Amino acid sequence: MQTTQEIGYNTKVEGDVTLTTVDAALNWFRKNSLWPMPMGLACCAIELMAAGASRFDISRFGSEVMRFSPRQSDLMIVAGTVTYKMALAVKRIYDQMPDPKWVIAMGACASTGGMYRSYAVLQGVDNILPVDVYIGGCPPRPEALLDALIKMQGKVAKENVFSKPEAD
Amino acid sequence: MSSVREIEIKDTAASAAGAAAGLDEPDDMHGEKMVLNMGPSHPATHGVLRIVLELDGEEIVKAIPDVGYLHRGDEKIAENMTYTQFIPYTDRLDYLAPLANNVAYALAVEKLAGIDRALPPRCQYIRVICCELARISAHLLGLGAFAMDVGAVTVFLHTFTQREYIYNLIEELTGARFTTTYTRIGGVSRDLPEGWIAKLKQFIDGVRVNIDETEKLLSRNPIFQDRTKDIGVYSAGEAIDFGMTGPNLRGSGVEFDMRKAHPYLVYDELDFEVPVGSKGDCFDRYLVRIEEMRQSANLLEQCIRQLPGGAVNVDDGKFVLPRKEKVLTSMEELIHQFMLVTQGTNVPPGEIYFGAENPKGELGFYINSKGGGTPHRLKIRAPSFVNLGILQHLLPGHMVSDVVAILGSLDFVMGECDR
Amino acid sequence: MTAADKANALREKFGKLISEPAEFRGEITATVADAQKIAEVCGFAKNELGFDYLVDLSSVDNYGDDPRFELVYELYGYGHGCHLRLKASLSEEVGEAPSVAGVWRTADWHEREVYDMMGIRFAGHPDLRRILMWEGYPHYPLRKDFPLAGKATDMPDVAFSNPAPLEGGPFVTSPGACGSEDREPRAKTFE
Repeated sequence: MQTTQEIGYNTKVEGDVTLTTVDAALNWFRKNSLWPMPMGLACCAIELMAAGASRFDISRFGSEVMRFSPRQSDLMIVAGTVTYKMALAVKRIYDQMPDPKWVIAMGACASTGGMYRSYAVLQGVDNILPVDVYIGGCPPRPEALLDALIKMQGKVAKENVFSKPEAD
Repeated sequence: MSSVREIEIKDTAASAAGAAAGLDEPDDMHGEKMVLNMGPSHPATHGVLRIVLELDGEEIVKAIPDVGYLHRGDEKIAENMTYTQFIPYTDRLDYLAPLANNVAYALAVEKLAGIDRALPPRCQYIRVICCELARISAHLLGLGAFAMDVGAVTVFLHTFTQREYIYNLIEELTGARFTTTYTRIGGVSRDLPEGWIAKLKQFIDGVRVNIDETEKLLSRNPIFQDRTKDIGVYSAGEAIDFGMTGPNLRGSGVEFDMRKAHPYLVYDELDFEVPVGSKGDCFDRYLVRIEEMRQSANLLEQCIRQLPGGAVNVDDGKFVLPRKEKVLTSMEELIHQFMLVTQGTNVPPGEIYFGAENPKGELGFYINSKGGGTPHRLKIRAPSFVNLGILQHLLPGHMVSDVVAILGSLDFVMGECDR
Repeated sequence: MTAADKANALREKFGKLISEPAEFRGEITATVADAQKIAEVCGFAKNELGFDYLVDLSSVDNYGDDPRFELVYELYGYGHGCHLRLKASLSEEVGEAPSVAGVWRTADWHEREVYDMMGIRFAGHPDLRRILMWEGYPHYPLRKDFPLAGKATDMPDVAFSNPAPLEGGPFVTSPGACGSEDREPRAKTFE
């Protein structure tokens, strides 16, 4: 049986039990099962679907199901151009997601409005939602989306759920 | 982060009641009709379409589609850019088949400039290869999404694997998986890379097997047949009156394909058949798309056999960027380069309309030019926009679960519909 | 029959109303002198001349000219395979043309889009309201006097809009204008 050599821990002595903080455990559960709410609006949605298909397989990162219901997801991936007409719908759906929730802005259009500097396009979804990770690209490759997901997991791992936040 | 705008969302029950009040008939005192709002956020495959359904139990009484959630202002942007600068925007119209959009746009501008007859044959064959690859890619995704919505999720994964092979090919050719921006006014941006044709041949063999597998999974499947046969029926006359084009028109029995009726590029030298349905229901449209993919595979093979050598761009310095070594040494080429980049292709004043047979239907460009490098008005005749016009007429009488089958079979893309 | 013959048949029926057909790049264009008669002309074209398919309905804004607007109808007939373009000019004061939604049902959405983008109204349209922008948006975006960046509007609970940062663009800098920090408000600057 393989044991990793950790300081002060030996399975043969202490058994198959890990001691850790509640925070770390909770964050570990959360980051490895981030269920995305795909806000697939335009072309980036096709790359999002490609990331979910068999070649890039987002489910090996824990995002097993693309939940189209906001009430059952914790990560909203805004993929595509957000127009002013759509903006309030996106915000309403974000509000329906239960805490904790995170947002990835996928692609140039969601991050800053992209190449559509026009009267109808919201110049970046972070005008209405707090975004955690931005992905550049038009559209970003599915590998870039997976990289952003890993960064997102890194961010989730550092969250303070029960312990006091560090003094600023 | 600068400004996060604080938005207050009104109580949903109140706004639903307000919307319902607007729709109910004044004499419906019993309140039996329910208003159901489908969208704009429903499974990503079809994009942001919103349909307000008035239901009597399970049956739809009235359907009001609401589009425009992806309206990005392409036509206004076109009035501010040169013709070449607009090519990336055409990619993002029907984003399932960007190469076909690029080709259609380039042909439209070339028709206006008067150089469409001067395109070298190799360029025309390459463009046909691009269009047919795009057609296979778009139909694969359209059918995959249709099957997934109706319940057959496996088909989606199979078709996406084939699309990944297409993406590999396209990436080698143009540099991007999709959103290719491949054609230019007067030709294409680069010639076929070494060994690409062999890979294309390999792909064609693979996709033929995959199309047969997909058909085996769906065509004789009783559940699929129950969900699609006799659903969403419209006659040939209705299809023409509503301006339907592409497989949606051919599924209803109208034998019309722009590639046969008004051939452009080298379609008149190629041999293919046009599949036509008979009943005009969802199942017929599915069968038409499957058969079109097979015909596209045949067309690709013919193109590979008949592909000539030679130049890929029109031999005219006023349209095509000259070679770099000439630009750096010769005055004339330097001036051409400067004018083309800063002011754009100089196109004569006039107006044209050009329609191409895209996978979704007839993609048309109406360009009104007052001379110079920027169009005065560019109207994009989007097949998905026109195809969705039939929803108001088609949906009443069906049940809510049929809406998904009908939307899947109409195979529209909101990027194109809203531009 | 070619498209030119069809255009001449229209001239025979309507006389002075239809201009001499013009040809450019193989396409025939006929101008209808009075936009208020366009529905009659289209009805005749569909029923008698076999143009059963309205390919496209667009509008052009010739800002500074009078009449300001132009309506462009692209017609096609599956039976004879001819393509004809009909154009009608419309001044800003009149701003209204008869609807052809009764002739071809596809014109319904095309006319809604023309109304939404250009502000031309259509008399007799079954349901003339905005289609691409939201209900209540006060401007007509495709008019030449409306800037590409857009204008600020606010309809609480429906939608808001803000002008996009263009600063003399798009994508083409004019010398002497502001620098890139102003044009790209969200770009990082390194001091």
